[in-house]
Amino acid sequence: MQAALTIVVDGLAYASWLFIVALGLTLVFGVLKILNIAHGSFYALGAYAAASFVGWGAALKWAPAFSLVAMLLAAVAVAAIVAPLTERGLLRFFYGRDEVLLVLVTYALFLILEDVTKLIWGTNPYFVSEPYGLFGSVNLGVQTYVGYDFALMAMALVVGAAVWWGLNRTRHGKIVLAVIHSAEIASSMGVNVSRVYMLAFTIGIFLAGLGGAFTSPMISVVPGVSVGVIIVSFAVVIIGGLGSIEGAAVGAIIVGLARSLAVHLAPVAELFSIYIVMAIVLMFRPEGLFQRVQARKI
Amino acid sequence: MVLAVLGLFAPKWLTYLVTMSAGHGLVSLGIVALMRGGVVPFGQGMVFAIGGYSAALLFNKAGFTDALGLALAGGVMATLIAAPFAPLLARYRGIFFAMLTLALSMVTYGLGMKIELLGGSDGFNVGRATLLGWRPPDAQVGYVLYLVTVGVATLMALLARVYFDSTRGLVTLAARDNELRVEYLGGSVRQAMSINFLLAAFCGGVGGALVVLSLGHIEPQFSYWTTSGEFVFVAILAGWQSVAAVFVASTVLEVVRSFSSSYFPNTWQLALGLFLLFVIRFLPRGIGSLWWKR
Repeated sequence: MQAALTIVVDGLAYASWLFIVALGLTLVFGVLKILNIAHGSFYALGAYAAASFVGWGAALKWAPAFSLVAMLLAAVAVAAIVAPLTERGLLRFFYGRDEVLLVLVTYALFLILEDVTKLIWGTNPYFVSEPYGLFGSVNLGVQTYVGYDFALMAMALVVGAAVWWGLNRTRHGKIVLAVIHSAEIASSMGVNVSRVYMLAFTIGIFLAGLGGAFTSPMISVVPGVSVGVIIVSFAVVIIGGLGSIEGAAVGAIIVGLARSLAVHLAPVAELFSIYIVMAIVLMFRPEGLFQRVQARKI
Repeated sequence: MVLAVLGLFAPKWLTYLVTMSAGHGLVSLGIVALMRGGVVPFGQGMVFAIGGYSAALLFNKAGFTDALGLALAGGVMATLIAAPFAPLLARYRGIFFAMLTLALSMVTYGLGMKIELLGGSDGFNVGRATLLGWRPPDAQVGYVLYLVTVGVATLMALLARVYFDSTRGLVTLAARDNELRVEYLGGSVRQAMSINFLLAAFCGGVGGALVVLSLGHIEPQFSYWTTSGEFVFVAILAGWQSVAAVFVASTVLEVVRSFSSSYFPNTWQLALGLFLLFVIRFLPRGIGSLWWKR
Protein backbone atom coordinates (compact mmCIF):
# COMPACT_ATOMS: atom_id res chain seq x y z
CA MET A 1 0.00 0.00 0.00
CA GLN A 2 2.77 2.34 1.05
CA ALA A 3 4.77 1.38 -2.01
CA ALA A 4 1.76 1.91 -4.24
CA LEU A 5 1.26 5.41 -2.82
CA THR A 6 4.90 6.27 -3.40
CA ILE A 7 4.69 5.04 -6.97
CA VAL A 8 1.59 7.12 -7.61
CA VAL A 9 3.02 10.28 -6.05
CA ASP A 10 6.33 9.93 -7.90
CA GLY A 11 4.52 9.15 -11.12
CA LEU A 12 2.19 12.11 -10.84
CA ALA A 13 5.00 14.51 -9.95
CA TYR A 14 6.89 13.33 -13.04
CA ALA A 15 3.68 13.53 -15.07
CA SER A 16 2.96 17.11 -14.04
CA TRP A 17 6.05 18.79 -15.46
CA LEU A 18 5.93 16.43 -18.40
CA PHE A 19 2.35 17.50 -19.07
CA ILE A 20 3.34 21.16 -19.10
CA VAL A 21 6.15 20.51 -21.58
CA ALA A 22 4.08 18.17 -23.75
CA LEU A 23 1.20 20.64 -23.81
CA GLY A 24 3.51 23.13 -25.49
CA LEU A 25 4.64 20.49 -27.97
CA THR A 26 1.12 19.43 -28.84
CA LEU A 27 -0.05 23.06 -29.22
CA VAL A 28 2.77 23.87 -31.61
CA PHE A 29 2.01 20.74 -33.59
CA GLY A 30 -1.71 21.45 -33.66
CA VAL A 31 -1.33 24.96 -35.04
CA LEU A 32 1.92 24.96 -37.01
CA LYS A 33 1.95 21.24 -37.94
CA ILE A 34 5.53 20.99 -36.76
CA LEU A 35 6.73 18.18 -34.51
CA ASN A 36 9.36 20.22 -32.77
CA ILE A 37 12.53 18.32 -31.80
CA ALA A 38 13.98 21.58 -30.52
CA HIS A 39 11.24 21.64 -27.88
CA GLY A 40 13.62 19.90 -25.48
CA SER A 41 16.18 22.61 -26.13
CA PHE A 42 13.63 25.22 -25.09
CA TYR A 43 13.03 23.18 -21.96
CA ALA A 44 16.78 23.26 -21.31
CA LEU A 45 16.91 27.00 -21.99
CA GLY A 46 14.15 27.46 -19.42
CA ALA A 47 16.07 25.42 -16.86
CA TYR A 48 19.30 27.32 -17.46
CA ALA A 49 17.59 30.70 -17.43
CA ALA A 50 15.89 29.74 -14.16
CA ALA A 51 19.28 28.81 -12.69
CA SER A 52 20.64 32.23 -13.63
CA PHE A 53 17.58 34.18 -12.49
CA VAL A 54 17.34 32.40 -9.15
CA GLY A 55 21.07 32.96 -8.72
CA TRP A 56 20.68 36.69 -9.36
CA GLY A 57 17.73 36.82 -7.01
CA ALA A 58 19.83 35.25 -4.29
CA ALA A 59 22.66 37.70 -5.00
CA LEU A 60 20.23 40.60 -4.59
CA LYS A 61 19.14 39.14 -1.25
CA TRP A 62 15.53 38.60 -2.30
CA ALA A 63 13.34 36.54 -0.04
CA PRO A 64 13.47 32.83 -0.98
CA ALA A 65 9.81 32.91 -2.02
CA PHE A 66 10.78 35.24 -4.84
CA SER A 67 12.73 32.43 -6.45
CA LEU A 68 9.35 31.17 -7.71
CA VAL A 69 8.80 34.51 -9.41
CA ALA A 70 12.33 34.34 -10.76
CA MET A 71 11.61 30.94 -12.31
CA LEU A 72 8.41 32.25 -13.89
CA LEU A 73 10.30 35.25 -15.25
CA ALA A 74 12.91 32.92 -16.69
CA ALA A 75 10.23 31.08 -18.70
CA VAL A 76 8.75 34.39 -19.88
CA ALA A 77 12.18 35.63 -20.91
CA VAL A 78 12.92 32.48 -22.91
CA ALA A 79 9.58 32.69 -24.71
CA ALA A 80 9.85 36.43 -25.37
CA ILE A 81 13.37 36.27 -26.76
CA VAL A 82 13.68 32.91 -28.47
CA ALA A 83 10.21 32.32 -29.87
CA PRO A 84 9.96 35.33 -32.21
CA LEU A 85 13.54 34.76 -33.29
CA THR A 86 13.02 31.14 -34.32
CA GLU A 87 9.51 31.52 -35.72
CA ARG A 88 10.13 34.66 -37.80
CA GLY A 89 13.79 34.05 -38.49
CA LEU A 90 13.70 30.37 -39.35
CA LEU A 91 10.49 28.35 -39.31
CA ARG A 92 8.38 30.58 -41.57
CA PHE A 93 10.64 29.72 -44.50
CA PHE A 94 9.63 26.10 -44.21
CA TYR A 95 5.85 26.23 -43.71
CA GLY A 96 3.86 23.88 -45.89
CA ARG A 97 6.74 21.49 -46.43
CA ASP A 98 6.59 17.78 -45.68
CA GLU A 99 6.03 16.97 -41.99
CA VAL A 100 9.10 14.78 -41.75
CA LEU A 101 11.25 17.41 -43.41
CA LEU A 102 10.06 19.88 -40.79
CA VAL A 103 11.16 17.42 -38.12
CA LEU A 104 14.60 17.59 -39.68
CA VAL A 105 14.54 21.39 -39.63
CA THR A 106 13.85 21.37 -35.92
CA TYR A 107 16.53 18.69 -35.51
CA ALA A 108 18.98 21.18 -37.02
CA LEU A 109 17.65 23.82 -34.66
CA PHE A 110 18.16 21.43 -31.77
CA LEU A 111 21.81 20.87 -32.77
CA ILE A 112 22.34 24.62 -32.97
CA LEU A 113 20.66 25.41 -29.65
CA GLU A 114 22.59 22.62 -27.95
CA ASP A 115 25.85 24.43 -28.66
CA VAL A 116 24.40 27.87 -28.04
CA THR A 117 23.40 26.80 -24.52
CA LYS A 118 26.92 25.51 -23.94
CA LEU A 119 28.38 28.76 -25.22
CA ILE A 120 26.23 30.85 -22.90
CA TRP A 121 26.25 28.75 -19.74
CA GLY A 122 29.36 26.61 -20.13
CA THR A 123 29.45 22.91 -19.40
CA ASN A 124 29.42 22.95 -15.61
CA PRO A 125 26.26 21.80 -13.87
CA TYR A 126 23.97 24.30 -12.15
CA PHE A 127 21.97 23.53 -9.04
CA VAL A 128 18.83 25.44 -8.14
CA SER A 129 18.21 24.06 -4.69
CA GLU A 130 16.47 27.08 -3.16
CA PRO A 131 12.85 26.67 -4.29
CA TYR A 132 12.79 22.94 -3.60
CA GLY A 133 12.44 23.40 0.14
CA LEU A 134 9.85 26.18 -0.07
CA PHE A 135 6.82 23.99 0.29
CA GLY A 136 8.11 21.98 3.20
CA SER A 137 7.23 18.33 3.32
CA VAL A 138 3.95 16.49 3.35
CA ASN A 139 3.35 13.55 5.61
CA LEU A 140 1.10 10.82 4.24
CA GLY A 141 1.00 7.82 6.52
CA VAL A 142 4.50 6.59 7.23
CA GLN A 143 6.19 8.16 4.25
CA THR A 144 7.08 11.83 3.92
CA TYR A 145 6.94 13.50 0.53
CA VAL A 146 8.48 16.72 -0.71
CA GLY A 147 5.93 19.50 -0.83
CA TYR A 148 7.37 20.82 -4.09
CA ASP A 149 6.07 17.73 -5.91
CA PHE A 150 2.52 18.57 -4.91
CA ALA A 151 3.02 22.22 -5.85
CA LEU A 152 4.07 21.02 -9.31
CA MET A 153 0.92 18.94 -9.63
CA ALA A 154 -1.19 21.95 -8.71
CA MET A 155 0.64 24.04 -11.23
CA ALA A 156 0.09 21.46 -13.96
CA LEU A 157 -3.63 21.51 -13.23
CA VAL A 158 -3.73 25.31 -13.35
CA VAL A 159 -1.72 25.48 -16.58
CA GLY A 160 -3.81 22.78 -18.23
CA ALA A 161 -7.07 24.46 -17.22
CA ALA A 162 -5.80 27.85 -18.36
CA VAL A 163 -4.80 26.59 -21.80
CA TRP A 164 -8.09 24.72 -22.20
CA TRP A 165 -10.09 27.77 -21.15
CA GLY A 166 -8.03 30.05 -23.34
CA LEU A 167 -8.58 27.86 -26.39
CA ASN A 168 -12.23 27.01 -25.92
CA ARG A 169 -13.74 29.99 -24.14
CA THR A 170 -12.06 33.08 -25.51
CA ARG A 171 -12.26 34.87 -28.82
CA HIS A 172 -8.56 34.45 -29.51
CA GLY A 173 -8.77 30.79 -28.66
CA LYS A 174 -11.60 30.28 -31.14
CA ILE A 175 -9.54 31.96 -33.83
CA VAL A 176 -6.66 29.60 -33.03
CA LEU A 177 -9.04 26.64 -33.29
CA ALA A 178 -10.19 27.92 -36.67
CA VAL A 179 -6.59 28.06 -37.85
CA ILE A 180 -5.96 24.54 -36.54
CA HIS A 181 -8.95 23.35 -38.55
CA SER A 182 -7.93 25.04 -41.76
CA ALA A 183 -5.39 27.80 -42.04
CA GLU A 184 -6.50 28.61 -45.57
CA ILE A 185 -10.18 29.14 -44.78
CA ALA A 186 -9.32 31.07 -41.63
CA SER A 187 -7.08 33.31 -43.66
CA SER A 188 -9.81 33.97 -46.21
CA MET A 189 -12.13 34.91 -43.34
CA GLY A 190 -9.76 37.68 -42.39
CA VAL A 191 -7.69 35.95 -39.71
CA ASN A 192 -4.07 37.01 -39.59
CA VAL A 193 -2.70 33.50 -39.74
CA SER A 194 0.94 34.37 -39.34
CA ARG A 195 0.12 36.24 -36.15
CA VAL A 196 -1.73 33.19 -34.81
CA TYR A 197 1.30 31.03 -35.67
CA MET A 198 3.50 33.45 -33.82
CA LEU A 199 1.17 33.45 -30.79
CA ALA A 200 0.84 29.69 -30.63
CA PHE A 201 4.55 29.15 -31.06
CA THR A 202 5.35 31.65 -28.31
CA ILE A 203 2.91 29.99 -25.91
CA GLY A 204 4.34 26.59 -26.81
CA ILE A 205 7.87 27.75 -26.08
CA PHE A 206 6.71 29.43 -22.89
CA LEU A 207 5.27 26.12 -21.70
CA ALA A 208 8.52 24.31 -22.52
CA GLY A 209 10.46 26.99 -20.67
CA LEU A 210 8.03 26.85 -17.77
CA GLY A 211 8.46 23.09 -17.49
CA GLY A 212 12.22 23.51 -17.61
CA ALA A 213 12.29 26.36 -15.09
CA PHE A 214 10.15 24.57 -12.53
CA THR A 215 11.96 21.25 -12.81
CA SER A 216 15.37 22.88 -12.46
CA PRO A 217 15.26 22.52 -8.64
CA MET A 218 14.74 18.77 -9.00
CA ILE A 219 17.58 18.03 -11.39
CA SER A 220 21.12 19.19 -11.97
CA VAL A 221 21.06 21.45 -14.99
CA VAL A 222 23.76 20.09 -17.30
CA PRO A 223 24.29 19.98 -21.06
CA GLY A 224 22.20 17.14 -22.41
CA VAL A 225 19.05 17.57 -20.32
CA SER A 226 17.26 18.47 -23.53
CA VAL A 227 17.98 15.15 -25.24
CA GLY A 228 16.04 12.97 -22.86
CA VAL A 229 13.11 15.37 -22.48
CA ILE A 230 12.44 15.52 -26.20
CA ILE A 231 11.88 11.83 -26.61
CA VAL A 232 9.81 11.46 -23.46
CA SER A 233 7.54 14.36 -24.40
CA PHE A 234 7.25 12.91 -27.90
CA ALA A 235 6.09 9.69 -26.32
CA VAL A 236 3.47 11.62 -24.34
CA VAL A 237 1.93 13.42 -27.29
CA ILE A 238 2.08 10.36 -29.51
CA ILE A 239 0.31 8.26 -26.88
CA GLY A 240 -2.31 10.95 -26.33
CA GLY A 241 -2.78 11.87 -29.95
CA LEU A 242 -1.04 14.81 -31.59
CA GLY A 243 -2.68 18.16 -31.03
CA SER A 244 -4.97 17.11 -28.17
CA ILE A 245 -4.87 18.67 -24.69
CA GLU A 246 -6.74 15.83 -22.99
CA GLY A 247 -4.41 13.47 -24.81
CA ALA A 248 -1.35 15.23 -23.45
CA ALA A 249 -2.75 14.98 -19.91
CA VAL A 250 -3.59 11.29 -20.16
CA GLY A 251 -0.34 10.58 -21.99
CA ALA A 252 1.69 12.34 -19.32
CA ILE A 253 -0.03 10.39 -16.54
CA ILE A 254 0.48 7.09 -18.36
CA VAL A 255 4.14 7.83 -19.01
CA GLY A 256 4.73 9.14 -15.48
CA LEU A 257 3.15 6.09 -13.87
CA ALA A 258 4.86 3.66 -16.24
CA ARG A 259 8.19 5.20 -15.41
CA SER A 260 7.73 5.25 -11.64
CA LEU A 261 6.36 1.68 -11.72
CA ALA A 262 9.50 0.63 -13.56
CA VAL A 263 11.76 2.61 -11.25
CA HIS A 264 10.28 1.06 -8.13
CA LEU A 265 9.51 -2.46 -9.25
CA ALA A 266 11.86 -3.28 -12.13
CA PRO A 267 14.73 -0.77 -12.30
CA VAL A 268 16.18 -2.64 -15.27
CA ALA A 269 13.22 -1.56 -17.37
CA GLU A 270 13.38 2.13 -16.45
CA LEU A 271 15.05 3.20 -19.66
CA PHE A 272 12.64 1.62 -22.04
CA SER A 273 9.35 1.25 -20.13
CA ILE A 274 8.14 4.50 -21.70
CA TYR A 275 8.92 3.40 -25.23
CA ILE A 276 7.29 0.03 -24.76
CA VAL A 277 4.10 1.78 -23.65
CA MET A 278 4.36 4.09 -26.62
CA ALA A 279 4.89 1.20 -29.03
CA ILE A 280 1.93 -0.71 -27.59
CA VAL A 281 -0.39 2.29 -27.82
CA LEU A 282 0.71 2.97 -31.38
CA MET A 283 0.07 -0.64 -32.33
CA PHE A 284 -3.55 -0.54 -31.22
CA ARG A 285 -4.38 3.13 -31.74
CA PRO A 286 -2.07 4.27 -34.52
CA GLU A 287 -3.23 7.87 -34.20
CA GLY A 288 -2.98 8.00 -30.41
CA LEU A 289 -5.68 7.67 -27.77
CA PHE A 290 -7.50 10.97 -28.35
CA GLN A 291 -7.12 11.53 -32.05
CA ARG A 292 -10.14 11.42 -34.31
CA VAL A 293 -9.66 9.18 -37.29
CA GLN A 294 -9.04 11.20 -40.39
CA ALA A 295 -10.22 10.31 -43.84
CA ARG A 296 -7.44 9.53 -46.21
CA LYS A 297 -7.25 11.86 -49.15
CA ILE A 298 -7.25 10.41 -52.61
CA MET B 1 38.68 -0.07 -58.20
CA VAL B 2 39.91 3.49 -58.35
CA LEU B 3 39.08 3.83 -54.67
CA ALA B 4 40.93 0.62 -53.86
CA VAL B 5 44.13 1.87 -55.51
CA LEU B 6 43.77 5.32 -54.05
CA GLY B 7 43.41 3.74 -50.64
CA LEU B 8 46.97 2.40 -50.93
CA PHE B 9 48.42 5.87 -51.10
CA ALA B 10 45.97 7.83 -49.05
CA PRO B 11 46.99 8.77 -45.52
CA LYS B 12 45.53 6.70 -42.72
CA TRP B 13 43.03 9.28 -41.51
CA LEU B 14 41.57 9.53 -44.99
CA THR B 15 41.08 5.79 -45.47
CA TYR B 16 39.52 5.65 -42.02
CA LEU B 17 37.22 8.52 -42.86
CA VAL B 18 36.11 6.89 -46.10
CA THR B 19 35.59 3.56 -44.34
CA MET B 20 33.34 5.22 -41.78
CA SER B 21 31.44 7.11 -44.47
CA ALA B 22 30.84 3.93 -46.45
CA GLY B 23 29.69 2.01 -43.37
CA HIS B 24 27.37 4.76 -42.21
CA GLY B 25 26.30 5.36 -45.79
CA LEU B 26 24.94 1.81 -45.96
CA VAL B 27 22.52 2.59 -43.13
CA SER B 28 21.41 5.75 -44.89
CA LEU B 29 21.01 3.77 -48.11
CA GLY B 30 18.41 1.73 -46.23
CA ILE B 31 16.64 4.93 -45.20
CA VAL B 32 16.64 6.09 -48.81
CA ALA B 33 15.03 2.79 -49.84
CA LEU B 34 12.19 3.61 -47.44
CA MET B 35 12.13 7.29 -48.34
CA ARG B 36 11.37 6.37 -51.94
CA GLY B 37 8.09 5.06 -50.60
CA GLY B 38 7.47 8.30 -48.75
CA VAL B 39 8.24 7.18 -45.18
CA VAL B 40 11.25 8.18 -43.11
CA PRO B 41 12.38 5.93 -40.25
CA PHE B 42 13.76 7.80 -37.27
CA GLY B 43 15.11 4.68 -35.59
CA GLN B 44 17.52 3.15 -38.04
CA GLY B 45 20.04 3.20 -35.20
CA MET B 46 18.26 0.02 -34.09
CA VAL B 47 19.38 -2.14 -37.01
CA PHE B 48 22.74 -0.39 -37.00
CA ALA B 49 23.24 -1.43 -33.38
CA ILE B 50 21.89 -4.95 -33.92
CA GLY B 51 24.29 -5.46 -36.81
CA GLY B 52 27.14 -4.10 -34.75
CA TYR B 53 26.35 -6.15 -31.66
CA SER B 54 25.87 -9.37 -33.64
CA ALA B 55 29.22 -8.96 -35.36
CA ALA B 56 30.97 -8.02 -32.12
CA LEU B 57 29.45 -10.92 -30.18
CA LEU B 58 30.25 -13.44 -32.90
CA PHE B 59 33.79 -12.14 -32.87
CA ASN B 60 34.32 -12.19 -29.12
CA LYS B 61 32.20 -15.15 -28.01
CA ALA B 62 32.24 -17.47 -31.00
CA GLY B 63 35.71 -16.63 -32.28
CA PHE B 64 34.44 -16.01 -35.79
CA THR B 65 36.68 -13.30 -37.18
CA ASP B 66 36.15 -13.09 -40.94
CA ALA B 67 35.25 -9.53 -41.93
CA LEU B 68 32.99 -10.45 -44.84
CA GLY B 69 31.25 -13.17 -42.84
CA LEU B 70 30.67 -10.84 -39.92
CA ALA B 71 29.23 -8.17 -42.19
CA LEU B 72 26.84 -10.71 -43.67
CA ALA B 73 25.93 -12.03 -40.22
CA GLY B 74 25.22 -8.49 -39.01
CA GLY B 75 22.90 -7.90 -41.93
CA VAL B 76 21.09 -11.23 -41.54
CA MET B 77 20.65 -10.78 -37.82
CA ALA B 78 19.27 -7.25 -38.21
CA THR B 79 16.85 -8.51 -40.86
CA LEU B 80 15.69 -11.38 -38.66
CA ILE B 81 15.04 -9.14 -35.68
CA ALA B 82 13.35 -6.51 -37.83
CA ALA B 83 11.18 -9.10 -39.61
CA PRO B 84 8.35 -9.39 -37.04
CA PHE B 85 7.95 -5.60 -37.05
CA ALA B 86 7.89 -5.19 -40.81
CA PRO B 87 4.22 -6.02 -41.47
CA LEU B 88 3.21 -3.88 -38.50
CA LEU B 89 5.27 -0.87 -39.53
CA ALA B 90 4.05 -1.15 -43.11
CA ARG B 91 0.66 0.16 -41.91
CA TYR B 92 2.09 3.43 -40.64
CA ARG B 93 2.93 6.62 -42.49
CA GLY B 94 4.54 9.96 -41.86
CA ILE B 95 5.16 11.03 -38.29
CA PHE B 96 3.74 7.82 -36.84
CA PHE B 97 6.11 5.62 -38.80
CA ALA B 98 8.99 7.81 -37.71
CA MET B 99 7.93 7.70 -34.06
CA LEU B 100 7.27 3.97 -33.92
CA THR B 101 10.67 3.15 -35.39
CA LEU B 102 12.14 5.62 -32.94
CA ALA B 103 10.44 3.86 -30.03
CA LEU B 104 11.83 0.52 -31.20
CA SER B 105 15.34 1.91 -31.43
CA MET B 106 15.08 3.41 -27.96
CA VAL B 107 13.98 0.05 -26.57
CA THR B 108 17.07 -1.44 -28.19
CA TYR B 109 19.12 1.31 -26.60
CA GLY B 110 17.64 0.51 -23.19
CA LEU B 111 18.33 -3.19 -23.64
CA GLY B 112 21.89 -2.45 -24.69
CA MET B 113 22.38 -0.38 -21.54
CA LYS B 114 21.04 -3.05 -19.23
CA ILE B 115 22.06 -6.44 -20.58
CA GLU B 116 25.30 -7.70 -19.05
CA LEU B 117 26.28 -9.72 -22.11
CA LEU B 118 26.24 -6.55 -24.19
CA GLY B 119 28.61 -4.74 -21.86
CA GLY B 120 26.17 -2.18 -20.42
CA SER B 121 26.59 1.51 -21.09
CA ASP B 122 30.31 1.26 -21.88
CA GLY B 123 29.88 -1.41 -24.52
CA PHE B 124 32.92 -3.52 -25.27
CA ASN B 125 35.89 -3.75 -27.60
CA VAL B 126 36.35 -5.90 -30.68
CA GLY B 127 39.68 -7.24 -31.91
CA ARG B 128 41.12 -7.26 -35.40
CA ALA B 129 39.22 -9.00 -38.15
CA THR B 130 40.62 -11.46 -40.66
CA LEU B 131 39.75 -11.81 -44.31
CA LEU B 132 38.99 -15.24 -45.82
CA GLY B 133 41.31 -16.96 -43.36
CA TRP B 134 44.12 -14.52 -43.88
CA ARG B 135 45.27 -12.48 -40.89
CA PRO B 136 46.54 -9.14 -42.15
CA PRO B 137 49.58 -7.65 -40.40
CA ASP B 138 48.74 -4.89 -37.94
CA ALA B 139 49.83 -2.08 -40.21
CA GLN B 140 47.48 -3.17 -42.95
CA VAL B 141 44.32 -3.99 -41.03
CA GLY B 142 42.98 -0.50 -41.62
CA TYR B 143 43.51 -0.79 -45.34
CA VAL B 144 41.99 -4.26 -45.55
CA LEU B 145 38.89 -3.15 -43.67
CA TYR B 146 38.75 -0.13 -45.94
CA LEU B 147 38.78 -2.42 -48.98
CA VAL B 148 36.11 -4.68 -47.51
CA THR B 149 33.85 -1.80 -46.48
CA VAL B 150 34.15 0.11 -49.72
CA GLY B 151 33.77 -3.11 -51.71
CA VAL B 152 30.64 -4.20 -49.85
CA ALA B 153 29.20 -0.70 -50.04
CA THR B 154 29.78 -0.55 -53.79
CA LEU B 155 28.17 -3.94 -54.29
CA MET B 156 25.16 -2.99 -52.17
CA ALA B 157 24.86 0.32 -53.97
CA LEU B 158 24.77 -1.45 -57.34
CA LEU B 159 22.20 -3.93 -56.08
CA ALA B 160 20.16 -1.05 -54.68
CA ARG B 161 20.17 0.64 -58.07
CA VAL B 162 18.98 -2.58 -59.73
CA TYR B 163 16.26 -2.93 -57.10
CA PHE B 164 15.15 0.69 -57.40
CA ASP B 165 14.71 0.26 -61.16
CA SER B 166 12.91 -3.07 -60.82
CA THR B 167 9.11 -3.34 -60.88
CA ARG B 168 8.82 -3.40 -57.11
CA GLY B 169 11.20 -0.50 -56.78
CA LEU B 170 9.00 1.50 -59.12
CA VAL B 171 5.85 0.47 -57.25
CA THR B 172 7.50 1.99 -54.17
CA LEU B 173 8.06 5.18 -56.06
CA ALA B 174 4.44 5.19 -57.18
CA ALA B 175 3.26 4.68 -53.60
CA ARG B 176 5.07 7.87 -52.73
CA ASP B 177 2.86 9.75 -55.18
CA ASN B 178 -0.45 8.09 -54.44
CA GLU B 179 -1.02 4.92 -52.47
CA LEU B 180 -4.66 4.41 -53.32
CA ARG B 181 -3.92 4.57 -57.00
CA VAL B 182 -1.24 1.90 -56.60
CA GLU B 183 -3.70 -0.34 -54.77
CA TYR B 184 -6.35 0.10 -57.48
CA LEU B 185 -3.79 -0.74 -60.12
CA GLY B 186 -3.14 -4.04 -58.38
CA GLY B 187 0.06 -3.27 -56.49
CA SER B 188 0.43 -3.99 -52.79
CA VAL B 189 1.76 -0.97 -50.96
CA ARG B 190 2.08 -2.79 -47.66
CA GLN B 191 4.06 -5.60 -49.17
CA ALA B 192 6.38 -3.14 -50.86
CA MET B 193 6.80 -1.23 -47.59
CA SER B 194 7.54 -4.39 -45.60
CA ILE B 195 10.13 -5.53 -48.08
CA ASN B 196 11.72 -2.11 -48.17
CA PHE B 197 11.89 -2.14 -44.39
CA LEU B 198 13.63 -5.53 -44.40
CA LEU B 199 16.07 -4.41 -47.06
CA ALA B 200 16.77 -1.29 -45.03
CA ALA B 201 17.36 -3.47 -41.97
CA PHE B 202 19.81 -5.61 -43.92
CA CYS B 203 21.70 -2.57 -45.19
CA GLY B 204 21.76 -1.11 -41.68
CA GLY B 205 22.98 -4.36 -40.13
CA VAL B 206 25.80 -4.74 -42.64
CA GLY B 207 26.75 -1.10 -42.09
CA GLY B 208 26.73 -1.57 -38.33
CA ALA B 209 28.93 -4.67 -38.51
CA LEU B 210 31.46 -2.97 -40.78
CA VAL B 211 31.61 0.18 -38.69
CA VAL B 212 32.16 -1.85 -35.52
CA LEU B 213 35.01 -3.78 -37.10
CA SER B 214 36.80 -0.58 -38.09
CA LEU B 215 35.98 1.25 -34.90
CA GLY B 216 36.96 -1.70 -32.71
CA HIS B 217 34.25 -0.79 -30.23
CA ILE B 218 30.49 -0.92 -29.74
CA GLU B 219 28.18 0.76 -27.25
CA PRO B 220 24.43 1.35 -26.83
CA GLN B 221 24.86 4.87 -28.22
CA PHE B 222 24.69 3.18 -31.65
CA SER B 223 20.95 2.90 -31.12
CA TYR B 224 20.33 6.30 -29.54
CA TRP B 225 18.00 8.62 -31.38
CA THR B 226 20.70 11.18 -32.12
CA THR B 227 22.62 8.51 -34.06
CA SER B 228 19.46 7.71 -36.01
CA GLY B 229 19.04 11.42 -36.59
CA GLU B 230 22.41 11.59 -38.28
CA PHE B 231 21.47 8.79 -40.64
CA VAL B 232 18.29 10.60 -41.59
CA PHE B 233 20.36 13.75 -41.99
CA VAL B 234 22.54 11.97 -44.56
CA ALA B 235 19.54 10.53 -46.36
CA ILE B 236 17.88 13.94 -46.62
CA LEU B 237 21.15 15.47 -47.69
CA ALA B 238 21.43 12.86 -50.43
CA GLY B 239 17.85 12.99 -51.62
CA TRP B 240 15.99 9.90 -52.75
CA GLN B 241 16.89 9.76 -56.41
CA SER B 242 20.53 8.85 -56.58
CA VAL B 243 22.34 5.99 -54.84
CA ALA B 244 25.80 7.45 -55.28
CA ALA B 245 24.60 10.64 -53.60
CA VAL B 246 24.06 8.69 -50.37
CA PHE B 247 27.74 7.92 -50.10
CA VAL B 248 28.74 11.40 -51.18
CA ALA B 249 26.46 12.82 -48.49
CA SER B 250 27.81 10.40 -45.90
CA THR B 251 31.35 11.47 -46.73
CA VAL B 252 30.33 15.12 -46.56
CA LEU B 253 28.91 14.56 -43.08
CA GLU B 254 32.05 12.75 -41.89
CA VAL B 255 34.27 15.49 -43.33
CA VAL B 256 32.20 18.31 -41.85
CA ARG B 257 32.09 16.49 -38.55
CA SER B 258 35.77 15.67 -38.27
CA PHE B 259 36.95 19.06 -39.49
CA SER B 260 34.60 21.09 -37.38
CA SER B 261 35.24 18.97 -34.31
CA SER B 262 38.98 19.52 -34.66
CA TYR B 263 38.84 23.23 -35.54
CA PHE B 264 35.94 24.40 -33.39
CA PRO B 265 35.32 21.59 -30.91
CA ASN B 266 32.68 23.46 -28.93
CA THR B 267 30.50 24.48 -31.80
CA TRP B 268 30.61 21.61 -34.25
CA GLN B 269 26.96 20.75 -33.65
CA LEU B 270 26.13 24.34 -34.40
CA ALA B 271 28.03 24.13 -37.67
CA LEU B 272 26.29 20.87 -38.51
CA GLY B 273 22.87 22.35 -37.76
CA LEU B 274 23.46 25.42 -39.91
CA PHE B 275 24.72 23.19 -42.70
CA LEU B 276 21.62 21.02 -42.51
CA LEU B 277 19.31 24.05 -42.58
CA PHE B 278 21.18 25.37 -45.58
CA VAL B 279 20.72 22.09 -47.44
CA ILE B 280 17.00 21.80 -46.64
CA ARG B 281 16.43 25.41 -47.68
CA PHE B 282 18.36 25.49 -50.92
CA LEU B 283 18.62 21.85 -52.02
CA PRO B 284 15.29 20.41 -50.87
CA ARG B 285 15.66 17.35 -53.08
CA GLY B 286 19.17 16.60 -51.88
CA ILE B 287 22.55 16.72 -53.56
CA GLY B 288 21.46 13.84 -55.79
CA SER B 289 19.18 16.31 -57.56
CA LEU B 290 22.27 18.15 -58.80
CA TRP B 291 22.99 15.48 -61.36
CA TRP B 292 19.77 13.46 -61.42
CA LYS B 293 17.17 15.18 -63.54
CA ARG B 294 13.79 13.58 -63.87
